[in-house]
Amino acid sequence: MPENERIALTEAVYYILLSLFEPMHGYGIMQNVIALSNGRVNLAAGTLYGAINTLLEKQWIKAIQGDENSRKKEYQITDAGKDVVKIEVIRLQELVENGKLIIGRC
Amino acid sequence: MKYTVRKLFLSYEKEEKWINSMAIKGMALTNMSAGKYVFEKCTPGEYVYRIELLNYRTTHPESIAYINFIEETGVEHIASIMRWVYLRKKTSEGAFDLYSDLDCKIKYFQRIHAFYYSLMLLEFLIGVANLIIGIVNINNDGVVNGILGNINLYCSAFLFTLTLLIYLLTKPIRKKIKTLKKENMIRE
Repeated sequence: MPENERIALTEAVYYILLSLFEPMHGYGIMQNVIALSNGRVNLAAGTLYGAINTLLEKQWIKAIQGDENSRKKEYQITDAGKDVVKIEVIRLQELVENGKLIIGRC
Repeated sequence: MKYTVRKLFLSYEKEEKWINSMAIKGMALTNMSAGKYVFEKCTPGEYVYRIELLNYRTTHPESIAYINFIEETGVEHIASIMRWVYLRKKTSEGAFDLYSDLDCKIKYFQRIHAFYYSLMLLEFLIGVANLIIGIVNINNDGVVNGILGNINLYCSAFLFTLTLLIYLLTKPIRKKIKTLKKENMIRE
């Protein structure tokens, strides 16, 4: 993985990528992110639209043919996207462990 | 039963507030064109309205793709004027914000500011042109021919006032961008 892709993801992108381990359309992502975060993260439509387009450009996700009856576009994470999420989980783990360690000392 | 109201707004924020206050009273905006608003009766508070400035005209493929996308999330597209779109969502379907993160919000307010800024520049330049024509006319004729002789000067005075008005109107937007940028330094 190129050096410049080892970055901290935004909360929105992190949860969008996690949602797309299963194929989903835009509204599905919004609902799923609310459920995952127990209602804490409520993605707005404009923000989600911008994030999806950027993720498509980076090829971390891909558009797939949805139901024939439905016009809605579905998206799914790519292997490159999965790698990004895995690296991010390791980074987040480091943050949490350091936090717990230092808070626990007081 | 349709009700038509004629009204002009310089500030999209005031316009949005007014449309939302009508919806709370049970009057839902169903169509609009420049200065003309069409309302239909609804359950009070049934809808929340948002006015958004897009990057491109609403007939542009980019804008069509965006509107299609947000319509899939329960947003209804009511009307549009140039790059401005009028949107609504049922209150029962949850909060209606178009941008939920700081970066997007900053970019959005910058877009709005750029829109007003270009409008302001245009008013100012036409004002200057009118001022020059007005002065040249006075010098050429020696005598000013009644009110009409001074028309360019009146026009320029009007346009300069409008320029100033837009400048004052956009002040809160500049302040908002500044606050959001500061926020962005310390949080996601």
